[in-house]
Amino acid sequence: MTNAMELYQMLPKTNCKKCGKTSCMAFAVALMAHELTADDCPPLKEEPKYKENYGKISDLFKASEGATSTGLIVHEELCFGCGNCVVACPPNVANDPYGVGSGNAPRDAKKLILIIEDGVVKAQNVEECRRFGKNKILCNGCIVTCPVEAIEFV
Amino acid sequence: MEKNYNVCTGCGMLCDDIEVESEKNIVNKVYTACRVGVAHMKEGRESAVFRVDDKPVDEATAISEAVAILKNAKNPLIFGLGTSTNETQKLAIELARKTSATLDDTSSFCLGRVVEALLQNRFKACTLDDVRNKADVTIFWGADPSDSHPRHLSKYSYFPRGTEKQRGWEEDRTAIAIDVRKSHTAKICGNNFFQVPPGGDAEFIDALIAGLSGKLPKTSYNFPPKRILELANILKGAKFGVVFVGLGLVYSLENLEPLFRLMDALNEKANFHLIPMVGHYNMRGFNENLFEETGYVNSVKFEDGAVKHGPEYSIVEALKAKTVDAALIIGSDPLSSLPRSIAKNLLEIPVISMDPCETLTSRSSKVYINTAISGVESGGSATRMDGVKVEFKPVVETKRLSDEAVLKKIMEAL
Ligand code: SF4
Ligand code: SF4
Ligand code: SF4
Ligand code: SF4
Repeated sequence: MTNAMELYQMLPKTNCKKCGKTSCMAFAVALMAHELTADDCPPLKEEPKYKENYGKISDLFKASEGATSTGLIVHEELCFGCGNCVVACPPNVANDPYGVGSGNAPRDAKKLILIIEDGVVKAQNVEECRRFGKNKILCNGCIVTCPVEAIEFV
Repeated sequence: MEKNYNVCTGCGMLCDDIEVESEKNIVNKVYTACRVGVAHMKEGRESAVFRVDDKPVDEATAISEAVAILKNAKNPLIFGLGTSTNETQKLAIELARKTSATLDDTSSFCLGRVVEALLQNRFKACTLDDVRNKADVTIFWGADPSDSHPRHLSKYSYFPRGTEKQRGWEEDRTAIAIDVRKSHTAKICGNNFFQVPPGGDAEFIDALIAGLSGKLPKTSYNFPPKRILELANILKGAKFGVVFVGLGLVYSLENLEPLFRLMDALNEKANFHLIPMVGHYNMRGFNENLFEETGYVNSVKFEDGAVKHGPEYSIVEALKAKTVDAALIIGSDPLSSLPRSIAKNLLEIPVISMDPCETLTSRSSKVYINTAISGVESGGSATRMDGVKVEFKPVVETKRLSDEAVLKKIMEAL
């Protein structure tokens, strides 16, 4: 959806450090990582001249409030429940090799990250996602296997 | 704990691992099925509808009207049955025999030729389970399962681990799409997408055959020979290959000769199987059941105990020539699916329509019988696209009659 550079362009760019970061760019990176929100930059929030940008940045992240802590968003209106992502997700395969790992219904849905409910993918246990946590890697199993770009990370 | 799985009859995949939560015969939640399957399972309604000449009637009136139409007809057409169970199809064949009917299904204008060739052992066959367990190279030719059979790639043909395919799709499998447009499936196949111009499949096949034997592949549309050679190389290395044949390929070929040539050439160099991408959940069942009874997969005419077969007994030709004088349409909507110029002849003869849904055909029928949704509200058995028999119980109950029950009543009254 967006990147740190685009966010930076909308910040005051004064490097005043009121947010606790050393620069506006660092703040933008923290925004991207969901560590901080637009509310954490006092000038942005309080000064009228930044009002529009404050609203824009808040909205950008409002869209992802439905997202999980890994930033995974499912566009439910696009997803048609093909299950490609479910079967391709490495932790899903590791936790349920003979169920979803083999293309079948989950043997134990509770252990999985992605499942299909009412024809649409549902994300759960996102702390298991390889993009999450200390040893995170840029896994894209669920992105490249989706025919309709219904999964996105923000 | 053993789970209680249902079968989805939303398409020719007949997924057998669907969990359903229902209450008071209403489906609330469906797990693992794709969106198409969920919509199909949640379609059910309560009340039954019987109609004669656009007026609501009771069951007995509708049945006796249907019987009268069939009795008065010299050559009724019985058509449809792609979404009916094997049991219903066998009854319909019996009914056709009894009424000297012309019997046909949608396969006469789609995949019938391919299924027929398979049943005559002209192609090497395998099951979808074999594909999951062994296939290293799969070709989707003129087919877009991501749209038509949403779970095809995830359940069998590309992404799952199989007994001999344990390392996952990135390493273990190659998926190839050959199509006239970049479909959703083609997108998944990435660089292994080969775009041919409409009608260009036969030429592409011959170029590929040339490539397989190391000759320079030529096409009139100048498909880069290098790419065809690359494709030929992938195919030559296949230990267990599958060609999924879709409507796009069948429509583009005048006859199946190019496909025979291709499969033979592939099997000289490697090991290739063929599975037709059957859409309706039991079209293949119809083909097999009729084949067993008559030696033909569609387009037959029963007469004094004998069977005749030929294109003139397909729905298209029979309506065009106006040789049929009544029609019993089961679970199909020819008024929408056939060209207007042909379909309009249906409006000139009395039509009995049996369908769980109102369609253009049902609305223009003399008799309409609203049947249960086969596979959701009524059970039976069906034949998956790869020929495997699948049995299923109804997911919920309904007051509406199954098409099997309706046919039984019609047979008794005859
Ligand atoms: S508080 Fe706002 S203006 Fe100041 S450095 Fe942080 S982001 Fe930049
Ligand atoms: S990013 Fe990887 S681990 Fe995370 S949900 Fe997608 S496929 Fe699974
Ligand atoms: S791959 Fe895409 S369309 Fe398929 S289930 Fe996952 S998110 Fe939905
Ligand atoms: S792929 Fe076909 S059979 Fe499987 S769940 Fe979807 S509609 Fe049903």
